[in-house]
Amino acid sequence: MKPIAQLIATAATLVFATSVIAAPAPASNEAPDVLVKRISADVIDTVKADKDIQAGNRNRIMDLVNSKILPYVDAEKMTAQAAGRFWRQATPEQQKRLTEEFRTLLVYTYSGALSQIKNETVEFKPMRSEPADTDVEVRSQVNVTRGEPITLNYRLAKANGGWKIYDINVLGAWLVETYKGTFAAEINKSGVDGLIAKLADRNRQLASKPLKAPK
Amino acid sequence: MTLAAAACALSAGCATPSNPQDPLEKFNRATFAFNDTVDRVALKPAATAYKKVLPGFVQTGVSNFFGNLSDAWSSANNLMQGKGADGATDFMRFAMNSTLGIAGILDIASEAGLQKHNEDFGQTLGVWGVPSGPYLMLPLLGPSTIRDTAALPADLWADPWAYTTPVHVRNIGIGVRAVDQRASVLDASNLMEEAALDRYEFIRDGYLQRRQSRVFDGESGPDKDAPKGESKDEAKPAPASNTQVVPEPATPATETQRK
Repeated sequence: MKPIAQLIATAATLVFATSVIAAPAPASNEAPDVLVKRISADVIDTVKADKDIQAGNRNRIMDLVNSKILPYVDAEKMTAQAAGRFWRQATPEQQKRLTEEFRTLLVYTYSGALSQIKNETVEFKPMRSEPADTDVEVRSQVNVTRGEPITLNYRLAKANGGWKIYDINVLGAWLVETYKGTFAAEINKSGVDGLIAKLADRNRQLASKPLKAPK
Repeated sequence: MTLAAAACALSAGCATPSNPQDPLEKFNRATFAFNDTVDRVALKPAATAYKKVLPGFVQTGVSNFFGNLSDAWSSANNLMQGKGADGATDFMRFAMNSTLGIAGILDIASEAGLQKHNEDFGQTLGVWGVPSGPYLMLPLLGPSTIRDTAALPADLWADPWAYTTPVHVRNIGIGVRAVDQRASVLDASNLMEEAALDRYEFIRDGYLQRRQSRVFDGESGPDKDAPKGESKDEAKPAPASNTQVVPEPATPATETQRK
């Protein structure tokens, strides 16, 4: 092929390739509270409308969580914070495995929570932050039919791909803080590998357990 | 690592403390095991049956009735904490539900937009500046702290149901209230069993956070405008943020509900 044609072909391929790669990036300029509101509404609407999910179909719920929520969660940061000072002591391989197992556990747990949504509504409170902040807290509450509303807050950090959730607060307790003690105790007892094994074990148990069908 | 191990070996009985706010861990774990057994053997089955068998509106009625009795004390506590608006709201709730709501069985006040608050004397002491002190697991009553345990007599004194006669009716009521409370957190407790690697720790760490959050109504400390940097410190020092998580699947209060 003539050199010029070759050059044009290469340039065209390059442009095409980069545009394809760049395309699937999630909305990276969304404000954190807008992001959380959107995901929240999306997930809740889907749960309420889907009969399968209402019936307790675990796989469908997990698909939902994996597709609509996980892309916006920084599992590694979450795991690193829960592991505390032990994170630095772990090898990259251990870090990766730990993150995977922890993330899987959270997906199982969160799916269980989602399966219990019936008529609840979510109300968001005004966000207190400066425009220049890279670490914010989005506050909301779940209005339940019986009892006081359940606080549900999120901590997000701004990374290259946009805002990502790295901690959740339910009823006043932060997830990372709550797992810290357990992580530390387990690591002290049997090392990072021991913790990974325990998480993997739990995930295996949960995988074989059907979601309880609501009363 | 070796230095720490050596130091550990020197100081006899050095177990790595899992939470500086739980110096009584051994005692607490033992009590937790006891509570757990009672829960597993008696309370949870009762609550499960209660939830499955009793029609929804009856359960709601029971919950509303006992909830109403606690509104008067919540009101008083709100006032003692200087929260006049909340105190007035709770009082209105009590007045409205007790009369129009037929002795509290119907929760008309919530439908009218009056939000419920659950304030107890332990929270009042917290607002007044009394630190929570070490974590303490109470037999049958569930997780608590030294301060909240000290405040318990006040809550018991203020519980209208404790003065009901005849005594056997009072006792039945206490039992029903306990089962009802357990039933209301049944789903959450089942969920927690899946999520927690070590239930004792999970409940403790969650409870302490949640308690702190309840004392300060959603904030993690008395200073509402605390600079954000603080809450992120992963350093150990006195965990100032101690809020309780997960509605305690814990064994319900036989007298007062301690959330």
